[in-house]
Amino acid sequence: MTVAAIKEYLAVPRDRVENFHGKQLVYVSWDRHLLFAAPFLLCLPPETAFRELVNGPLAMLLQADPDAAAIDWTKVEWLKSNQPWTPDFDASLAANGIGHKDQLRLRTSGLNSLLAA
Amino acid sequence: MDMKVTKKKLGLKDKYKLMTRDLGWEPSYHSKDELYPYMNYEGIKIHDWDKWEDPFRLTMDAYWKYQAEKERKFYAIIDAHAQNNGHLNLTDARYLSALKIFLQAISPGEYAAHRGFARVGREFPGVGPQVACQMQAIDEIRHAQTQIHAMSNYNRYYNGFHAFADQRDRIWYTSVARSFFDDAMSAGPFEFMIAIGFSFEYVLTNLLFVPFMSGAAYNGDMATVTFGFSAQSDEARHMTLGLEVIKFILEQDPDNLPIVQNWIDKWFWRGFRVLGLVSTMMDYMLPKRVMSWREAWDIYGVENGGALFKDLARYGIKPPKGWDDAEKAIDHMSHQFMLGLYQWSFGTAFHAWIPSDDDMRWLSAKYPDTFDQYYRPRWEHIKKLAAAGTPFKNYGLAKLCQTCQLPTVFTEPDDPTLTCHRETVYKGEKYHFCSDGCQHIFENEPEKYIQAWLPMPQLFQDPVNGDLGEWMKWVSLLDGKDNGDYAGSEDQKNFEAWRGLATTNQ
Amino acid sequence: MSTVFIALQANEETRPIIEAIEIDNPQAVVHRQPAMVKIDAQGRLVIRRATIEEQLGRDFDLQEIHINLISLTGHVVEDDETLTLSWND
Ligand SMILES: [Fe+2]
Ligand SMILES: [Fe+2]
Repeated sequence: MTVAAIKEYLAVPRDRVENFHGKQLVYVSWDRHLLFAAPFLLCLPPETAFRELVNGPLAMLLQADPDAAAIDWTKVEWLKSNQPWTPDFDASLAANGIGHKDQLRLRTSGLNSLLAA
Repeated sequence: MDMKVTKKKLGLKDKYKLMTRDLGWEPSYHSKDELYPYMNYEGIKIHDWDKWEDPFRLTMDAYWKYQAEKERKFYAIIDAHAQNNGHLNLTDARYLSALKIFLQAISPGEYAAHRGFARVGREFPGVGPQVACQMQAIDEIRHAQTQIHAMSNYNRYYNGFHAFADQRDRIWYTSVARSFFDDAMSAGPFEFMIAIGFSFEYVLTNLLFVPFMSGAAYNGDMATVTFGFSAQSDEARHMTLGLEVIKFILEQDPDNLPIVQNWIDKWFWRGFRVLGLVSTMMDYMLPKRVMSWREAWDIYGVENGGALFKDLARYGIKPPKGWDDAEKAIDHMSHQFMLGLYQWSFGTAFHAWIPSDDDMRWLSAKYPDTFDQYYRPRWEHIKKLAAAGTPFKNYGLAKLCQTCQLPTVFTEPDDPTLTCHRETVYKGEKYHFCSDGCQHIFENEPEKYIQAWLPMPQLFQDPVNGDLGEWMKWVSLLDGKDNGDYAGSEDQKNFEAWRGLATTNQ
Repeated sequence: MSTVFIALQANEETRPIIEAIEIDNPQAVVHRQPAMVKIDAQGRLVIRRATIEEQLGRDFDLQEIHINLISLTGHVVEDDETLTLSWND
């Protein structure tokens, strides 16, 4: 559907990648770990290695959860745009096909300390 | 009441006729289409504007008389509040967080509603709606003014009130209410009326004002009780107008039904998301609580909304599409919001806090099916982190919903342990949503919502470019004063010290 | 049948109005809440000028109710003598 309007109605999106001075947005969230109220928003250069994203900002943000230390990164299941996906830790975000505003999700089955039985 | 009531020569009906319809005229040197250019493009068909009548039959002369009386009552109490250190009668200064959110997000909404009604009052050809919209436009600017005036008394003593106008434009959470009204104001006049007059005023404002005022009364906040009541006395008229509008439009032409239903679906969900923050106020922010959000929803949502939609069924109107998802969210939303507000409180111009043991007992009693299972463990862990000297701050910022602009804190309607992830691609750009409701709204009018100014992504663009300190300056947030945990805040220290002075001879 | 309600501020001006509503609507249920009185009735609620005037001991214009009104539900029909709230179901 289109917007009801008296003349042609075309708009410009506000969050295009050009506006981020060479960086891009990536959303990351940890399934069933809702101590973190919403998926994280990260702003990184597309050349960033995936390993850097994980070991840097992500690991730091996840620390507050009691399960954080127990994550085995070799066993984590990943989703990108809600579909199963396997990252290459040594490749860049761009080479991993992680586009601007993509949502990554990680799953760690068996870890859920903050959920009452 | 000291106003003189004389027996009128004219009955109410005759007077209404004289003071509304008889003031209209037929244009002679311009066509009606030139005078009212926005009447056709939304697809709504109106055949007889004279069928629109205000059931209260309020005319401008009576309007001014009663509004003046309301203002006199309002200022008598506001003066007394200021003269008698009314702020020290509060149960606790934690309560002020609810007021700060109100001032930063809701009062500017009153002003936006004023602009919207002034505009549609000009655009509708019927004299009945012109007069009613003019009254409502004046009401709404009065609400904005009395609220700002009443809360300026708190600005003298407490943090977080001083920059509401900057924050209305720039801080992140206010964009939720601002974009809601921008969406309505940039729609056509009929959609605006269904959005604000019907969906917001009729279906949802009871949930905002009634618990808010009772909460203020329970917590010793005379100033807010007063502006709340003064505004609310206009609200009953607005609600009646909202109901009248929808009946009028539906009775005018059967083709109007699907258009109106689509607007009801959209604006119920938009309004439900905006008012969601009220749940947090009721369940967490009032030191002395009136009723839970669940209880308020049962009265004003289920019972009244149910009665309304049962009544409108004769026109073919169905309850809003998001109604069932709303019901499923009721026992979760206040907890999900408050957890967010706490962990992002470094970026809010109000304080958040960890609920006390007492608070948590109340929450598990009110939410027996959800609090202990899902939310208590998170709060207990957060409490542990604070006790260990490493209070939980989530500097990850948040993914926002492209439609409602809230952080996507909500879970799947049928799985409270899993965040609701929704996304779509439009013209090569990716967009995220908090819910099916918000995604549907976007997909109906994508060109409208791709323009959303989302405060989190904006933080990484000009002029702030990801610098949190710069961002605080830009939004007029005083770090260490306006933000953070209530425990240890200047507001807490001052309130306790001043109250001590007021109740002892030290 | 659905419930209609009217909510008024709790003050000296509304006390006789509320008494009049109770007289005219014996089926109504009055809830006294902080600073406000909410009156629920099944299907229909009628407010009569004459009854209010008896309680008040002076002339009363039904539109004066606007000053102390908080909220209401249902379809409104008002003339010089009565204000009625109702649902059509
Ligand atoms: Fe208002
Ligand atoms: Fe949303």
